[in-house]
Amino acid sequence: MTLPAVILYSLFYLYPTINNLRYSLTKWDGFGEPEFVGLNNFSRMLTDDTIFNKVLSNNIEFTFLVVIFQTAFSLLFAIFLLKNSRSATFLRTLYFFPTIISSVSVAMVWQFLYEPNLGPINVFLKSIGWDFLALNWLGSETVTLRAIAFTQVWFHVGQMMVVYIAGLQQIPAELYEAAEVDGATRWQQFKAVTWPMALPTTAVVMAYTTIQSFRAFDLVYSMTQGGPNNSSSILVTLIYLTAFNEFRFGYAATQSIFLVVFILAITALQRRILRTRY
Amino acid sequence: MFYKISRIFALTFLAVLIIIPVLVVVFGSFKTDLELMTKPLALPENWTLNNYRTLLDGGEIVTNFRNSSIVTLFSVLITLFISSLASFGIARVINVTGRVLFVLFSLGLAIPAATSIIGIYELFVRFNLTNTLHGLVVINVASTLPISIFILTAFFRQIPNELYESASIDGARPFRLYRSIALPLSKPSMAAVAIFLFVITWNDLLYPLLLITQADLKTLPLALLDYRGEYAINFSMIFTAVMVASVPMVVMYLSMQKTFVSGLTAGAVKG
Repeated sequence: MTLPAVILYSLFYLYPTINNLRYSLTKWDGFGEPEFVGLNNFSRMLTDDTIFNKVLSNNIEFTFLVVIFQTAFSLLFAIFLLKNSRSATFLRTLYFFPTIISSVSVAMVWQFLYEPNLGPINVFLKSIGWDFLALNWLGSETVTLRAIAFTQVWFHVGQMMVVYIAGLQQIPAELYEAAEVDGATRWQQFKAVTWPMALPTTAVVMAYTTIQSFRAFDLVYSMTQGGPNNSSSILVTLIYLTAFNEFRFGYAATQSIFLVVFILAITALQRRILRTRY
Repeated sequence: MFYKISRIFALTFLAVLIIIPVLVVVFGSFKTDLELMTKPLALPENWTLNNYRTLLDGGEIVTNFRNSSIVTLFSVLITLFISSLASFGIARVINVTGRVLFVLFSLGLAIPAATSIIGIYELFVRFNLTNTLHGLVVINVASTLPISIFILTAFFRQIPNELYESASIDGARPFRLYRSIALPLSKPSMAAVAIFLFVITWNDLLYPLLLITQADLKTLPLALLDYRGEYAINFSMIFTAVMVASVPMVVMYLSMQKTFVSGLTAGAVKG
C-alpha cells in the first residue's frame, strides 16, 4: 500500500535531491555535459566566495530576526487571546488571515506599502515628522533584509499564535489559581507558570519558524530577487539564481548540499538547547 | 491597568497592521492608479470595474486561473489518495519496515524544496515534463507526500487495533480495512490535510517558476510576477490580479475557518 508513495517520492524528490552529490563535483551549465572538477566547488564556496559569505550571513541574520520576533509576538498574542470570547475569536481569525494568501501576493502588497516616495508607510512617517525614518525599504543595502524579515513575521505570526494557543490551553488552571492565592503578579505568573509550562510549545514554534525562514524563497524572490547587490538574498534564492540566472548548476548543487547540512545542524542544535522532543 | 492598556494597544496595532493592507488592496482594485497612489486608504470615489475589465479582456488571467485550478485539484486529490494509503500501511505495520519508511519520508520534511530544484529540473527535462501541467502535478504530489504522510500516519496510529481485528476476523483484506474503517474515521484529518495541500499548491511559486516558461501554462502566482512587469508600477492593476488570485482562498477560509486553521497549523513546517 505504501508502494505508490515510495516510488513517486523516491524517483521525483529523493533521487533529484541526492543527485546534488554528483552534480556538486562538476562544472555544468545545465545543458551540455557536466565536467568533473573534484572538490573544487566546495573549496571555492568555503574559502573564496564573497557573495556566498554575504548571503550566508544574511540568512543567519534573517533567521535570527524572524525566529526571535515571531516567537515572542506569537506568544504575546496567544496570551492576550487565550480566553474564548467573541472578540478573541474574531481577532484570531483576523491574525491568521495572512497565512492563506500567497507569498507572491503578499510581496506585491508590501512592495506598495514600502514604496519609498508615495508608499503609505513613508507618507505616514513624513506626515508625523519622522522623515529620518522614511527609508528606501526595499532598495537600500542596509534595511532591505530587515524589511523582508518584518513582512515574514507579519505573514506567519498568526499561524504560530494558533500553535501557542493550543499549547497554553493545556496548562492546568489550578496552577494559575495557586499562583494567584500566593499573590503572584502577572509577570511572576508568566515567569513561574506560563513560560516553563509552554516550553515544549516554544520548541515547536521555534523549530517551525526556523524551517519557514529557510524556505522563504517565494517571498524574497518576489519582493527583491535578493537585491540590491545580494543584500537581501538568502541561501534558497542564491541557489536558484546561481543555477538559473548564472547557469552554474554544479556550483548551485554544492550550495544546496551546504544548506541541507546547515539546516540539519541547526535543527539538532535547537533540539539540544531546548531539550524537548517534537 | 498597565496590562490592560498594553493588551488593547497591542491587539489594536496588529489588527490595524493587517486590516490596512487588506483594505488598500480591495479598494485599490476599484480605483484608478492615480487615486490609489494619492489616497491609498480612502474609499474609491467612483467604484469602477475598469481594472477588472482590462484584466479579463487580456484573457490571460482566465487561462492562469484555469491552470491553477487544474493543477491544484489533481495534485490535492492524488496526494490525498496516495498519502492516505501509505500512511495506513505505515501505521498498521509496526515492524522495522514501517519505521524505515517513516524516517525516509520524514527526511523530506526538514529539507527545503529549493535544495532539490537542480535535480528536479534535470529529471523533468529528460522526461519531457517541463512546460506541462501534468509535470507540475507530478512534482506537487512527490513534494507534498512527506508532510501529508507525516500528519496522516500520526492520526492513523490513534485508531485502536481492536477495530481492525474484528473486521479481519470477518475476512476483510487490507484495502477493505482502509476503505471501510480507516477512511471514514479520518474524515476530519483528511479534510485538514486537503485544505493545507490546497492552499500551498494554489499559492506555490517555486515549481511553476522552475518548470513553466510557456505563457498559456502559467499558474496564478507565476503570472502575477509577469503582470508586475507588464503593468510596470500600475499597482491598481496588480492589486486587481491579486484579488482574482486570492478570492477563492478567502471565500473558503471564511466558510471553513476551523479546518483551515487546523490544516495549516499541522502543516506549518512546510511554510
